[in-house]
Amino acid sequence: MSQNQALLSIENVETYYGNIRALSGVTVHANPGEIVTLIGANGAGKSTLMMTIFGMPRARTGRIVFDGTDITQLPTHEIARLRIAQSPEGRRIFPRMTVQENLQMGASLDNLKFFDEDSRMVFDLFPRLKERINQRGGTLSGGEQQMLAIGRALMARPRLLLLDEPSLGLAPLIIKHIFEAIKELNKNTGLTVFLVEQNAFGALKLADRGYVMVNGIVTMSGSSADLLANPEVRAAYLEGGRH
Amino acid sequence: MADVQNTERDSVFAKALKEGIISGAIALGLFCLIVGFRTEQNIRNELILTQRWGLLAIFVLVAAVGRFLVTYTAPMRAERKKLHKVAEAREPSAFRKSFPKIGLGLLFLYPALVVLILSAYQGSMMGGLQASLKYVDNFGIQILIYVMLAWGLNIVVGLAGLLDLGYVAFYAVGAYSYALLSAHFGLSFWLLLPMAGIFAATWGIILGFPVLRLRGDYLAIVTLAFGEIIRLVLINWTAVTKGTFGISGIAKATLFGIPFTPGPTGFAAMFGLPNSGVYYKIFLYYLILCLALLTAWVTIRLRRMPVGRAWEALREDEIACRSLGINTTTTKLTAFATGAMFGGFAGSFFAARQGFVSPESFVFLESAIILAMVVLGGMGSLVGIAIAAAVMIGGTELLRELEFLKLIFGPDFTPELYRMLLFGLAMIVVMVWKPRGFAGSREPSAFLHERKMISGEFTKEGHG
Repeated sequence: MSQNQALLSIENVETYYGNIRALSGVTVHANPGEIVTLIGANGAGKSTLMMTIFGMPRARTGRIVFDGTDITQLPTHEIARLRIAQSPEGRRIFPRMTVQENLQMGASLDNLKFFDEDSRMVFDLFPRLKERINQRGGTLSGGEQQMLAIGRALMARPRLLLLDEPSLGLAPLIIKHIFEAIKELNKNTGLTVFLVEQNAFGALKLADRGYVMVNGIVTMSGSSADLLANPEVRAAYLEGGRH
Repeated sequence: MADVQNTERDSVFAKALKEGIISGAIALGLFCLIVGFRTEQNIRNELILTQRWGLLAIFVLVAAVGRFLVTYTAPMRAERKKLHKVAEAREPSAFRKSFPKIGLGLLFLYPALVVLILSAYQGSMMGGLQASLKYVDNFGIQILIYVMLAWGLNIVVGLAGLLDLGYVAFYAVGAYSYALLSAHFGLSFWLLLPMAGIFAATWGIILGFPVLRLRGDYLAIVTLAFGEIIRLVLINWTAVTKGTFGISGIAKATLFGIPFTPGPTGFAAMFGLPNSGVYYKIFLYYLILCLALLTAWVTIRLRRMPVGRAWEALREDEIACRSLGINTTTTKLTAFATGAMFGGFAGSFFAARQGFVSPESFVFLESAIILAMVVLGGMGSLVGIAIAAAVMIGGTELLRELEFLKLIFGPDFTPELYRMLLFGLAMIVVMVWKPRGFAGSREPSAFLHERKMISGEFTKEGHG
């Protein structure tokens, strides 16, 4: 597929923490309507790539282009205003705000214009959140917090949804529920999803394409089916770690 | 059965006695040199050691008996608390729900009540008016100034979560703006009040820019320095501020052009009332009450608006804020500016009330006291903060009134001097019993449909 059509393309990006190189020459793209996943072990640089898209930290070299706009040097809040939404690592919901207020924070870009409509969509996706609507974010269970983080991201009417480890620390049943919700969302609305996951099997089952990252370098890429069948990937990420 | 209970009580008694004695010993060790001995200079400049065993004994006894009672009654209190909790969880009392309304009504009636009660006590209306001066001024106005300051600081610290230790600087900017502009250009209070607010807000933004990237302890240190810089400028820029002498003879506020002077054009003459300074005080009382309520109203309104919500989100998680498209730079600056603006309003009111400003009124201690009110009241809670301000400032004023303490501690005893000691004690007590302040739980600003019976109130928070 040609790079011109891609909704998000990351070209040769290098990111540093001080003098330590976290990403080197990463080239990744996501086409409209796709679910793309980035898998890799702890500390491979997956979350760093996710945050680099948002300019925290900034890419030292290379380019990040979203829908024809170079966003490499854009301030973080302006990147978000291009309708890139993120469910960050560790969820980062607002613990002292209620579920309702958390969702409102996600919808604040449009000044809550579409709040009712969008919140209905989120509650259809995650009925548990509706039950907890007036409860504080910090009092939710881990799975519910993850649902809230994804719901909050969806409230921003994103064109691209970045999900960082939505399965982290959750029970298999809840992971399944969340992955199903992502699939449903992608099928019904054509939302482009970029998924960063440690849970390689689940992520590859869900995604159309995948990338494998090792020590800040993308070592493999291809369709999910190919990656699932690849003996190297199987040996490193799948055998024994199946959920 | 009874035997078991008896031995249990005996063991509690023994434990309490032991702890009481230990506490007494610790108090003896601590206060022996601090309280027991005192050095004084006599006329010939010689140091004389005076021994105060009686006072020391009081300190030690208080510590020992206090510890004994606390330990001895602990099991009983725990028992009662258990019962209490079950009862309390059922519903918040009607009094608690309507407390803000009742309090507001009382505040508006306060001067009238004071005058009425004192008139009845003194037997004449005029006598009542004169006697009410102290209560309206020392208790009413003084407390309300601090309520307003604490509510203003609450925007910065309580809502936006930016720890500001130099808030008094904005108070000073407001006060000096009014003092200088009215002295040099003869502008009226009503014109200068908004101007003082704008000046203070400008300084808020000036402070805000360099500290945008700072949080927590680092921010606290820079704001502390900022407060000191403003104070030192006021002291040393003698050409404009007259340094430590301060500026006196500041014009008083007027009631829409009617001055509160004894002359024929004054307030008393115009309304056919006997001459008295009380009217001005009562006017000032309502003025500061309105200003404080303006602060509260703006805070409540802003909390429901995107900017207020952004402040609270910023307090909780700055990174999440940014990735939701919130411009954290403007959010922080608006918080600093809004908080500073109310500090400026309060400052110009302070100048108009005192008629005199000097750098001495704007020392770090003031910032600390205002911050203490916000923390004790419960960050973000307007009612809690108002209660904390009333207790702290009202308590200080009350100390001046406690003449009977002199009978206990001797004629040299000046209770005001123990103000800070009592503040410290009060703070420890509040933080032990209510670690989140008087009203520690955050009231959500948005609810869908009606409130559920079991809301987040009763479940423990996982954060903060």
